[in-house]
Amino acid sequence: MSDVAQNESVSRVNVDGINSEKVVGLPLDRVDGRLKVCGMARYAAEWMPPRMAYAYMVLSTIPSGRIARVDMQAAERTPGVIGVMTHLNAPKLPQGGRAAVNPPAGRVLSLLQDDQIHYNQQPVGIVIADTLEHARDGARALKIEYEKFAAILDFDAAKRNAYSPRKIQENNADSQRGDVKAGIGDATYRISATYITPLEHHNPMEPHATVAVWEGDMLTVYDSTQYVSGVKRTVSKTLGIPTEKVRTICPYVGGGFGCKGSSWSHVVLAAMAARHVGRPVKLVLDRPQMFGPVGGRPNTEQHFEMGAAADGKLTAMTHDVISYTSFIEDWTEPSAMATRMLYACDNQTTSHRLAKLNLGTPTFQRAPGESTGTYALEAAIDEMAYASGMDPLAFRLRNYAEQDPDKNKPFSSKSLRECYRAASERFGWSRRTMQPRSMKDGRWLVGWGMATATYPTRRSPAKAKVRLLPDGTAVVQSGSQDLGTGTYTVMTQVAAENLGYPVRMVRFELGDTALPEAPVSGGSQSVASVSPAVRAAALAARAKLIDLALSESNSPWQGASLDDLTVENGWLQSRSDRSRREPVAVVLARNDGPTIEADGEAAQGEEKNQYSMHSFGAVFTEVRIDRDLGIIRVPRIVAAYGVGNLLNEKTGHSQLMGGIVWGISMALFEKSELDMRYGRIVNNNLAEYHVPVNADIYDVDVIVVPERDPHVNPLGAKGIGEIGITGVAGSIANAVYHATGKRIRDLPIRLDEFI
Amino acid sequence: MTPFSYQRADSPEGAIRLAQQPGAKFIGGGTNLLDLIKGGVERPQMLIDVSRLKLAQIDQLPDGSVRIGAMVRNSDAANHPVIRRFYPLLSQAFLAGASPQLRNMATVGGNLLQRTRCHYFYDTAYDACNKREPGTGCAALEGINRQHAILGASNQCIATNPSDMNVALAALNASVRVQSAAGERVIPIAEFHRLPGNEPDRDTTLRAGELIVAVDLPKSTLADHAYYLKVRDRASYAFALVSVAAALDIRNGIVHDAGIALGGVAHKPWRQREAEKALINKRLDMQSMHAAADILVRGAQPYEHNRFKVELARRSVVRALSTAGGVA
Repeated sequence: MSDVAQNESVSRVNVDGINSEKVVGLPLDRVDGRLKVCGMARYAAEWMPPRMAYAYMVLSTIPSGRIARVDMQAAERTPGVIGVMTHLNAPKLPQGGRAAVNPPAGRVLSLLQDDQIHYNQQPVGIVIADTLEHARDGARALKIEYEKFAAILDFDAAKRNAYSPRKIQENNADSQRGDVKAGIGDATYRISATYITPLEHHNPMEPHATVAVWEGDMLTVYDSTQYVSGVKRTVSKTLGIPTEKVRTICPYVGGGFGCKGSSWSHVVLAAMAARHVGRPVKLVLDRPQMFGPVGGRPNTEQHFEMGAAADGKLTAMTHDVISYTSFIEDWTEPSAMATRMLYACDNQTTSHRLAKLNLGTPTFQRAPGESTGTYALEAAIDEMAYASGMDPLAFRLRNYAEQDPDKNKPFSSKSLRECYRAASERFGWSRRTMQPRSMKDGRWLVGWGMATATYPTRRSPAKAKVRLLPDGTAVVQSGSQDLGTGTYTVMTQVAAENLGYPVRMVRFELGDTALPEAPVSGGSQSVASVSPAVRAAALAARAKLIDLALSESNSPWQGASLDDLTVENGWLQSRSDRSRREPVAVVLARNDGPTIEADGEAAQGEEKNQYSMHSFGAVFTEVRIDRDLGIIRVPRIVAAYGVGNLLNEKTGHSQLMGGIVWGISMALFEKSELDMRYGRIVNNNLAEYHVPVNADIYDVDVIVVPERDPHVNPLGAKGIGEIGITGVAGSIANAVYHATGKRIRDLPIRLDEFI
Repeated sequence: MTPFSYQRADSPEGAIRLAQQPGAKFIGGGTNLLDLIKGGVERPQMLIDVSRLKLAQIDQLPDGSVRIGAMVRNSDAANHPVIRRFYPLLSQAFLAGASPQLRNMATVGGNLLQRTRCHYFYDTAYDACNKREPGTGCAALEGINRQHAILGASNQCIATNPSDMNVALAALNASVRVQSAAGERVIPIAEFHRLPGNEPDRDTTLRAGELIVAVDLPKSTLADHAYYLKVRDRASYAFALVSVAAALDIRNGIVHDAGIALGGVAHKPWRQREAEKALINKRLDMQSMHAAADILVRGAQPYEHNRFKVELARRSVVRALSTAGGVA
């Protein structure tokens, strides 16, 4: 392993020269990194089929009502415009466009099927032209008159009619254990607090983009998506065409964060537009269009009642969540799910309720539920610790859940104690003085806070295929996605190690429905789902290769035993006699260069019912607040995670660190500002929808504690896509309290609060 | 985007001639105008590209003043040795603005004409914006107005000027040199930007067809004690909630002269000579700084979401003055 630099373990491992013995876990550089920095990785909007036309969506400018009149003439006469589609001339789709609705993956879309307006920024028309500029010009010329209805946009009013969604995916909306009333009665210390989190919108660098190409009755959709198979199913069912007539291609995604987990209206509209004009059509959302028709994180209001005994043991806890949903579909932010399992507390109730607003349907946004939920829960736990006169870390250890208190099952693994220890030691938590406003530094008020992080370990069925080519290289395929997080790299590592091939001889392909099916890249499950399938396919291919070597009539390997043969670094190798070996390409060439193919599939088994599977972590934060101007800085965060087997140290650390940055963003920056008169987000651009810039991020120190989990999957790997954001906002809010003595229960925390 | 024609001007006179065409607009770096065109807020019929005019130098004039050509890029001005040495306040203000990429494109002349970031001005889906469509009303008055004005606004418009450069120029008594078919004239910076009054669609006192050719800075006396404070929601690439340009001439511990201007609080950089008088001929102390701050925010009228700005502005003035004067 000559290329592993000794002292720079997480930055210097190049693909070339890495052999196959122990590849999984290495901080390998991204195998697609060169393509990306050279601008050669082709993203959805960069596909340019011949004769392609450009579509631009026209979105409603009112939140509720109906389209009273449409004048398409001016738009149609705009230079360059070749087609205009509104509800007046759009083709009628099966079931009014709802044939694919299968929440939460198949969403209720706005496909120009009627004149009803349910939210501002609802697609109401589409203009297709020879250039983007002409399409946009035509869109501006499309005259739409509305009949306005009274819109419901005030969450505080709407929540009075909040209702239970009953089920949130596979979970119940409510939970109950023990006797909360008695537990509150028994408590020595009690708190009652309500926390607010705002509307947010994902805003990946690459906006949603679709290129739709019809060739006869065959439709190819180049789409920026977290789920190529989902796009294929949604588009085919919605249009009423056979599933096998649709292919989705998406080799690269410029960030998803949940908004590309579902197929939104524009994907189907692009296909409709392409058929309408008889040409391939490209449809790219512009930045303001990202605020409404493609989901976002709903605002939440989360109420806690909590009680603790004199020794700090929790005696009761309630967590009641209200979030908004649209008038066309129920979508629930499952904020209380983590609350059910995170602390040992015998008496607990949780609930989720929905309040309908005239806004677009919300959706998965990085750690849906766990992000908003752990903010509120961890802030409430901090309040409870202070009410009990206990150090916040000691309080958490006092209420440590040794097993899942909700499911009454053991955890498949849980290293939270080790995370608390590792992160608190590196942070220097023991030097903290508990009294708020007790750690000043000149004009800066210094605060130290901490919180627990957690995210479920999920897994779905996945398939993979391995082909060993005569030239000694291998192609490994699975219809997964790489959101920029490292799927290509990690799967290459898994395949190389299990094939016994050097990394440079393995090419991984994904992002195409022509490949074996893989699940949505959401819920932090790609690695946990796809890597076992890749491993299975690789091991099967390797076994076939060895079989071939042993079975050929004039093989130099005749007489060798199956057990003695292995593949190492691209060589067929005798274990007992190290000198006996030959390159796999030679083996294959001797056999007329066959291509060996093997399939693999993997799915969760009975272990799912035996164990509760989650990742855990601990986040320690220092904030500094300018005592006069209220300016808030986060000079350092130390966080430790137990995430099972980390398949690539470098991409893993990057992803955890990115999650923390997003947690800082959630705590201090992000908010979609809703104008309640219009139902429109006023800061609908990246200049004013704030996410952190480099200057806002100081030291972020990520520790991954060793953790072996034989139950989650054959690689022992837990997903790391989302746990990084969890706990961070709570940790910051708690540090802000420690710095200022002020509990801010409404995100984001901005300087206004301290003036 | 409404189609427009494009012409590159080869001389100021040529640019001014072209500008007589209906719907003509000058374009420099285009960092603001292009966004507004794409969004349908600005609909010029003709763009006159003035970015290649020979107005991109910074000159020290014999009387000790400095002339910054209108086409000097923001980053070049910020890093120019003359500006850094004699007008550090202006250099700091430039560097507090936008991002390096934008500063590399944006011109000094264009920065003077930067338009407000009011949400309701920027998004044409809102039907009420007197600045965009005179007579339609002001959606910001009862809307999301956290970033809006607390001083000098009218019931027609509560937008703020988003520029950092302008705030420093106001504190430094700069003037704007403009050229037209009628010749040249010089507009003091205090008279260049307007308060909204009943004509919020007019940001400046520039007349039709006038081309900004330079910004003149008087001989520097305020270089030794200068600080540009920008308070914003993130550490970079965000518009000011409140900013303060503060520059002092302190001799033997006594404030001899002062220039203070507030940004992010009004339709133009906010300056009150009386506030400066409260500092002059005194030692810089808490009492005088608070007095200056109180005068600057006198008459402030906040709205639903920006009440915090009044006190923030007051505290920011004190912080900027104490930092500039080295009494922090």
